[in-house]
Amino acid sequence: MPLIMIIYYVLTICIIGLVVWNFVREKKNIQDLILYLLVLIPLLLRVMRAK
Amino acid sequence: MTRIWIVKGVLVTFFFAMIIVGGTQLYRHRHFDVPVVAGPGVTKISLLSEYCPGLKGTTADTAVFFLEGKEQGGRVLLMANTHANEPEGFLAALIIIENAVVEKGTLIVIPEFNHSASRNTRPGDGYPLYYEIKTNWGKKKFRMGNRDASPLDQWPDPDVYIHFPDRQLLSYIDARNTNRTWPGRPNGPRMEKVSFAAMEIMRREKVDVAIDIHGAETMFPVTNCIVAPEKSQKIATMAALTVKAREGFDNHVEPSPSGFRGLSHREIGDYSETLPFLLEAPIPFLDQPTGPKTVNLLLDGKDPFLLSLSRKKKLFVPYDESGWPIEKRVGQHCSVALEIMRQFSKKTPEKAVVAQGIPRYADIVRNGAGYYFHDPKGAQKDKLYLAL
Repeated sequence: MPLIMIIYYVLTICIIGLVVWNFVREKKNIQDLILYLLVLIPLLLRVMRAK
Repeated sequence: MTRIWIVKGVLVTFFFAMIIVGGTQLYRHRHFDVPVVAGPGVTKISLLSEYCPGLKGTTADTAVFFLEGKEQGGRVLLMANTHANEPEGFLAALIIIENAVVEKGTLIVIPEFNHSASRNTRPGDGYPLYYEIKTNWGKKKFRMGNRDASPLDQWPDPDVYIHFPDRQLLSYIDARNTNRTWPGRPNGPRMEKVSFAAMEIMRREKVDVAIDIHGAETMFPVTNCIVAPEKSQKIATMAALTVKAREGFDNHVEPSPSGFRGLSHREIGDYSETLPFLLEAPIPFLDQPTGPKTVNLLLDGKDPFLLSLSRKKKLFVPYDESGWPIEKRVGQHCSVALEIMRQFSKKTPEKAVVAQGIPRYADIVRNGAGYYFHDPKGAQKDKLYLAL
């Protein structure tokens, strides 16, 4: 795997971590919760290498 | 448990259900194979990776059908699904593979040139995943693809695509567009390898004529035409005039622009001895101001918004209530390809390519495209090809 792809996957995992952390910490706003989950879709699919 | 944690639990459950339901549909689409019954004229089935080993084992690798005549002659390469959301070229190529018998020369057909794009879709435009064509034995189901290769097969996209070797700056998305990556290189991005493999076919097999089959919007000026560089223009003009006179449909000639790089009709001519031609048939489905992108719009080409624009003279082709059905588009491609072959054979009789069994425009309009597809269930196992 080229270095650029490894960096790309590491970045994706970091962003997933941030979004999940925000999802867990959110206490009131349901719209934000939905938004976090929507944002997660492409990131998770990429990390799972789903084809 | 607090209320917010119950809400989070419900949302997460819904989220995974959406991913599984949507993901399963896309997974099935990507892995759906179209069976092809190799006709009596098919003498060999090869792979693109035999001409560029870097493609071996990737989704970009695709089948290359050889139809060799008993008599020596010229060689014609036919490519379809360079853009996999223009299905008339693919259907015309399949009709040729399943029915043609070459008497003189060789016909090489790559029905799914951008194989990765054919397993991709465009959810943002609401593309249907499949379409079906009526045949004498039921309906034949096809995957609907996208213009560009799947990002699953070539990633990441560059900020700007720098064309090789001219270094012209193109849109980033064109790195996955196999009609911008010509002439390609063996160690470039995967779609450049696809174009390079086709160039290798032309060089190694000494191909005389290359025909790249497409569809174009009715609002785009380069539609319903043959695009040809300087060296192909005489044959293209004769083919356009002949189909107009004999078969009654328009197909004008457009010059290939020398300053716009990466296109098959430009680079094939500049980087090989082969005469390139690019065929365009109008496909209303691709136009922007239409109703929903449904299977009906794809197949019959009827749209009220385009009809209204046609009355205001905003389209580049005649358009009425009858739309622009797939039979007309497939028929045009078959007839124009046959006519280019005939004109080339007339000009260089020692390199003639003569094929029988390919229906012409009037036959396909009358019988429908599905009439020419054979039932895979009744086919001999050695004639059935499943990986398209």
